[in-house]
Amino acid sequence: MEKVGKLNKYVFTVVVMFISWVMLTSTFRPDELITGFIVSLLVALGSFEYLTEHGLGHFSPKRIAYLMLYGPYYLWQILLANFDVAYRVISPSMPIKPGFVAIKTNLKTDSGKLALANSITMTPGTLTIDAKDDVLLIHWIYVKDKTLEGATKEIGGPFEKYLKEIFG
Amino acid sequence: MIIRLIIGYFLLYFGALFLLLGAFGLIRLPDLYTRMQAATKSTTLGAFSSVLGVGILHPGWFIKCVVVALFILLTAPIGSSALMRAAYKTGVPFDERTVVDKAKEFFGEEKKEEAK
Amino acid sequence: MSILNWIYIVIVAIGAIFAVVRMIKGPDITDRVIALDVFTTITVALFVFFAMVFDRYIYIDVALVYGLLAFIGVLVIARFIERGF
Repeated sequence: MEKVGKLNKYVFTVVVMFISWVMLTSTFRPDELITGFIVSLLVALGSFEYLTEHGLGHFSPKRIAYLMLYGPYYLWQILLANFDVAYRVISPSMPIKPGFVAIKTNLKTDSGKLALANSITMTPGTLTIDAKDDVLLIHWIYVKDKTLEGATKEIGGPFEKYLKEIFG
Repeated sequence: MIIRLIIGYFLLYFGALFLLLGAFGLIRLPDLYTRMQAATKSTTLGAFSSVLGVGILHPGWFIKCVVVALFILLTAPIGSSALMRAAYKTGVPFDERTVVDKAKEFFGEEKKEEAK
Repeated sequence: MSILNWIYIVIVAIGAIFAVVRMIKGPDITDRVIALDVFTTITVALFVFFAMVFDRYIYIDVALVYGLLAFIGVLVIARFIERGF
């Protein structure tokens, strides 16, 4: 995504702050809405330089569509992860084979890497420890593949194709 | 009405069971790293599902409950990542079943870069 | 209806007791911090639940702020363990 002008960033910050206000107060009374709008105009004035880089480009329909697809997939992965953990914790023999592996990612932006790290933490048996450039360090509770390529395919593969569309 | 109650209480109890499971994993698993896996995943889903259950049982608060649930979902992994890195760097021992340790070279490179 | 609420509280309380056991036993400071983190998450869920039981809307805000403070606290402790001050 390309760099954008100041007005674009400002409008984006106002919109995000107003949405946050509405969700946090969770009423639609007109006085609340007007107060929220004025407050978000004022707060965005001081903070729009630091909060966003791409401005309204974040609201492109393609991104929102992929986000809609990604949400349910993410929740489904969390459910699977929890049944996996339940199986490992409850079964008497405790089938664990932990290890620290590294994987590579193709995502360029910081927010993309953050989303990937969070997703990996929530998928079955893996937890991101640290990220540096394009390498992520991961603790895996049942190591299936020790090599970098194999682990990349096994852990990061399913998420990358969604996140690549969302964060680029 | 009755369906809403059933779904709400189902989500509530589902969440409670996973909160219990996460705490149980905290007791049972052998070393810190595996414990953290169980704790992060289970308690996040547990709290998420439990809070959503309250939102469904009390429809007027649904939006607020979704905000709390999303907040839990977003912050839990970040906190556990930071803690795990701190644990590894201070040299907390790991279980003897650990098969591979790529972390040594990962953090080793970082130290060289800082020295330069 | 009341009995259902009591069962929920008992299940969650057993989880909280497990977390406290780990907090006392934990061989390492990091173990104790994780136990605290688990305990916090349980407490946030319980706050929201009590908001419903006692019909107090403000408790949800309390839960939100408590979760936020606990998140920042965990990050600060992690940094502290890593580098020291």
